[in-house]
Amino acid sequence: MTDEWNGNSLATALAGENPDAIESCNRTDVWVKGEHILQICFTLRDNPEFGFDLLNSLTAVDYLDYFEVVYHITSLKKNASAVIKTKVGQGRNNPVLASVVNVWRGADYQEREVWDLFGITFEGHPNHKRLFLWEGYPGHPLRKDYITYDQSINSEERG
Amino acid sequence: MDLQSKINQDNVDAYGVRIPQVADGPLHEITWSMDRNEGGAVNKMKSTHLKPYPEPLVDVPADMKNSVMVSSVDYLLNWARKSSMFPLQFGLACCAFEMIATAMARYDISRFGMEAMRASPRQADLMIVAGTVTWKMAVPLKRLYDQMPEPKWVISMGVCATSGGPYYQSYSVVPGVNHIVPVDIYVPGCPPRPDALLYGIMQLHDKVRRYSLNSNPAGFE
Repeated sequence: MTDEWNGNSLATALAGENPDAIESCNRTDVWVKGEHILQICFTLRDNPEFGFDLLNSLTAVDYLDYFEVVYHITSLKKNASAVIKTKVGQGRNNPVLASVVNVWRGADYQEREVWDLFGITFEGHPNHKRLFLWEGYPGHPLRKDYITYDQSINSEERG
Repeated sequence: MDLQSKINQDNVDAYGVRIPQVADGPLHEITWSMDRNEGGAVNKMKSTHLKPYPEPLVDVPADMKNSVMVSSVDYLLNWARKSSMFPLQFGLACCAFEMIATAMARYDISRFGMEAMRASPRQADLMIVAGTVTWKMAVPLKRLYDQMPEPKWVISMGVCATSGGPYYQSYSVVPGVNHIVPVDIYVPGCPPRPDALLYGIMQLHDKVRRYSLNSNPAGFE
């Protein structure tokens, strides 16, 4: 069974590397400040104490006041997993975050998906395009304030 | 000069389209125009295909109806059409697996002369729209339908293709494939079992059998 890092102990261990980067923590998660996320991710991958060599999933949550990007990471060597979170776009304004494609190559499509559906920009992404929807699609549909505006017109005309 | 050396020399493919070179930069940076063209086509289709097509009734022109007499040619032609109706190999979502099961030995659509799933629309007579049609897929779907030779038929398989189904009024799903192409037979189910699809195919065969040059228009009950 994969060991799950206690968020508090992971935050304590990370604070030894970069005390400014940790925003808060609880029993399961660690919240990292957005401007430090790339450095923290490199630390998590390269420091043998952590050894997180696999990004399970990169996703985002819309909390109305801000967005949160969630990283589920696993160390295959140490058979351990952890959850890192970052708050971006305070007040829903200009959500920008550093891309972690250079840390975990598997973040490529997942960051494109998050950009597509939540509109969170990942700086330094090598191919920053929409993944599922098409170029010219208005808005980002998984945001809470997105309104499906046109399908109702269709249904009325369908009768 | 043979084709291969011409390709190597001019950096064009067999159709004369230029092959991107390393000096142009990464592939994803030089394909923005393709992405925008695709997005423009999708947006255009989404804004123009607002109403569903009616059921296709292939009516016979009045002058031909009054001047041409056929005897058993209709019967023979319809028998030939219904007995070798090649479906287009075209699965979009989970319904595709039921369509595959229909083609396999247990349900075996080769009993109807349909086992040859054509990979090219130019050789296909029947399009089984098996699965959810998104607006992004609607453009290629319409293109495939346009490439099929007449006479052609469409089966809308499952509720997603019929009306959007569980994704009705979603931001990305077409509310019924009959907005994109005219549909002959609707097979309900989520997904429909192979026997339901077989029943739909048999209904389509009945419909094809009723085609006639000098009596009812095709599809007329």
